Amino acid sequence: MSSAVQTYSDTTSAVFGRLTWDSFPFHDPIILGTFAVVALGGLALVAALTRYKVWGYLWTEWFTSIDHKRIGVMYMILGIIMLLRGFADAIMMRLHQAMAFGDATGYLPPHHYDQIFTAHGVIMIFFVAMPFVVGLMNYIVPLQIGARDVAFPFLNNFSFWMTASGAILIMLSLFVGEFAKSGWLAYPPLTGILQSPGVGVDYYIWSLQIAGVGTLLSGVNFVVTIVKMRAPGMTMMKMPVFTWTALCTNILIVAAFPILTAVLALLSLDRYMDFNFFTNDLGGNAMMYVNLIWIWGHPEVYILILPIFGVFSEIVSTYSGKRLFGYSSMVYATVVITVLSYLVWLHHFFTMGSGATVNSFFGITTMIISIPTGAKIFNWLFTMYRGRIQFEVPMLWTVGFMVTFVIGGMTGVLLAVPPADFVLHNSLFLIAHFHNVIIGGVVFGVFAAITYWYPKVTGYKLDPFWGKCSFWFWLIGFYAAFMPLYVLGLMGVTRRMSHFEDMSLQIWFQVAAVGAFLIGLGILCFLIQLYVSFKKRESLRDESGDPWNGRTLEWSTTSPPPQYNFAFTPQVHENDAWWQMKQQGFQPPKEGFLPIHMPKNTAAGMVLAGLATVFGFAMIWYVWWLAAASFGALILGAIIHTFNYKRDYYIPAEDVATVENQRGEVLA
Amino acid sequence: MSNAVATPAAEGGKLEFLVKGDHHPAQGTLLGFWIYLMSDCLIFASLFATYGVLSMNFAGGPSGADLFDLELVALNTAFLLISSITYGFAVLKMQQNSVRGTMGWLAVTGVFGLCFLGVELYEFYHMIHIGAGPQRSGFLSAFFTLVGTHGLHVTFGCIWLVTLLLQLRKHGLIQENKRRVYCLSMFWHFLDVIWIGVFTYVYLMGSMV
Repeated sequence: MSSAVQTYSDTTSAVFGRLTWDSFPFHDPIILGTFAVVALGGLALVAALTRYKVWGYLWTEWFTSIDHKRIGVMYMILGIIMLLRGFADAIMMRLHQAMAFGDATGYLPPHHYDQIFTAHGVIMIFFVAMPFVVGLMNYIVPLQIGARDVAFPFLNNFSFWMTASGAILIMLSLFVGEFAKSGWLAYPPLTGILQSPGVGVDYYIWSLQIAGVGTLLSGVNFVVTIVKMRAPGMTMMKMPVFTWTALCTNILIVAAFPILTAVLALLSLDRYMDFNFFTNDLGGNAMMYVNLIWIWGHPEVYILILPIFGVFSEIVSTYSGKRLFGYSSMVYATVVITVLSYLVWLHHFFTMGSGATVNSFFGITTMIISIPTGAKIFNWLFTMYRGRIQFEVPMLWTVGFMVTFVIGGMTGVLLAVPPADFVLHNSLFLIAHFHNVIIGGVVFGVFAAITYWYPKVTGYKLDPFWGKCSFWFWLIGFYAAFMPLYVLGLMGVTRRMSHFEDMSLQIWFQVAAVGAFLIGLGILCFLIQLYVSFKKRESLRDESGDPWNGRTLEWSTTSPPPQYNFAFTPQVHENDAWWQMKQQGFQPPKEGFLPIHMPKNTAAGMVLAGLATVFGFAMIWYVWWLAAASFGALILGAIIHTFNYKRDYYIPAEDVATVENQRGEVLA
Repeated sequence: MSNAVATPAAEGGKLEFLVKGDHHPAQGTLLGFWIYLMSDCLIFASLFATYGVLSMNFAGGPSGADLFDLELVALNTAFLLISSITYGFAVLKMQQNSVRGTMGWLAVTGVFGLCFLGVELYEFYHMIHIGAGPQRSGFLSAFFTLVGTHGLHVTFGCIWLVTLLLQLRKHGLIQENKRRVYCLSMFWHFLDVIWIGVFTYVYLMGSMV
């Protein structure tokens, strides 16, 4: 044990580490109230699940499922739950900043406010955007390439539970101890043990490390799935664009997340064992942390947006009733963005002082990225040009995205100019810019994707009225919330402030708070949409499996698809394989089915991830015996799992025939 | 499908849209494991870069020239390189379907791996003992982390190797086990490649400071 740690944790006990009664927020009415609400809600949920006897169903059909479709849905649910948490943080900040002017101090103490903006960023990126994007890829990619599952189905389940484990840890920090007060990338030396001796940074480190393992494995899984498991005839240049963007994103995951793992491990060594990587004395170099974390961090934003570009490509083409304009240029643009995303990281800290030459290199590479991105925008526009456009809800999101994202892209190019960045660095202009591209891009895209593929997942469409309400609240709310931030940023207001003296600024913050409230209504409409659609599911039902007259293979299955996806592997001849099948009057066969080889469900992923959660918690609280025990159990559990050789089974041909013939009746 | 548009038949008769009969996609484990190794390689790349940045930050403490015992490192390098050769023999025996031969050479490989770890632990113990532990300077933090991460990988490889020996004894050279032997083979050779980088960049160049 290091001296620095000991000075902080005089009360460290052998049994509970530094966990004491004071770690629980009995003294803080806001957190205690939140905790009471969450606990009561949780109890009600548990009671309801027990009352309706669905635990067994959840366990066998969902938690232990290695079906990529089930796992995809679980990722989406995780994303929605965490979106509510992340948005609660957002509205608290907006409310606080609108109030805390002059003599008014707002309702949040600074140390609490700092935790909220850190948690907001971390949750929105790692536990909202990432689960959404990975969930979409999980559900759609195997269906689009005509596969029965991913390459490593067990690993897929394990990845999900590791992500959930990270989310659980970060939620725990709300009620046990505290979260980091450092901003979402936790720069040292602020996050070193001397300046942040509490558990907050440790919660940050371990929740990201554990979730990061899941993300990395998921990346490996999808690269192999897309490279090895495409249906015969589907050459690379005949892959659907969403699958292409998923491939590039997963390559980015595999190439970027190890750097995050490494840099967080180095920070842990500094904090836990007094190493000197990022310390101020004894030869540490804090600027190295900033470089390393952004070498991961910049590709990360492309990890989020690339699959969303794929989503919009599918949607534009489907609702315009045309093949995608410029398929190859779309693919090349995606690949170019993938490569360039590694050459721009320094634009996040032009002000660090790398010199004019280095700054201009990174400024220019950053501006170059806007070229392939612009090409994509034109491709979508030309796809719409002279198409028979149906303005279904996903198409509204798409058009909203194109307008909003272009504005965000242009402010990005502005920030890419180093001299301009010296003025705007860490200002609210930057905050407005990245919310502009992440909300206008990723979030709009996720809602478009949910609306577009929902009938595939559930067998019924989402109610369009509430979808439109959600869209308009989000769109107007976004502009109301973030355009004032551009103005404030240009006036020089910096980020992460919990109090302001200049009363003339207050009106802008009040407008922004109204915007956040409108976004809240948008989220509410989305939840109402889910509920109303479920209630009206009989009238919204789609029997065909292809409600939008789609073009790619996922629409060739029933909705929801059978467990094995395809009774026969599709043979692909050109782009938009399903469109061609429809053109040629394809009819699904009624006989000749064969037994299908499938992997078995397993609880191993959940057990191992559960042990990882315990390990993370024990490390955060210095409960060394528990950390050692859970780590040992984790390794042992993984080894025991490898002794299980009977991991698959066959679905008998008769069962396949039964399922497929039911489908035939429906279609007839 | 009610929306399907009828068009004139494609030239040359009807296309086949389904693969009749059984279709098994290609096995992807080896590719997947290789991609995992490449991601691991990036962890080492980060650690090498970190070492590169901090390698002169002695903070008034000892440098590589003061600390490194090149003869010991040469011995250790020999252990690891020989273990890669013996792993190669294990794979050759596996291709001849000899369970005993495979297990024997794997065991030899494991012994060399343990020798390597023993020497490395001795080196670490010695350095910490004379006050040149990882807390002493940025240089030593980077050194211990890079070399130690490699050592942890070798440790993990040894654990895996023992597991694999048990599985080979239980099930013999079945398809799954062969795949595992190949995966561990990639892992083991990969650690050799990393060690070449450590040996040259850290020890040889470090000794010249």
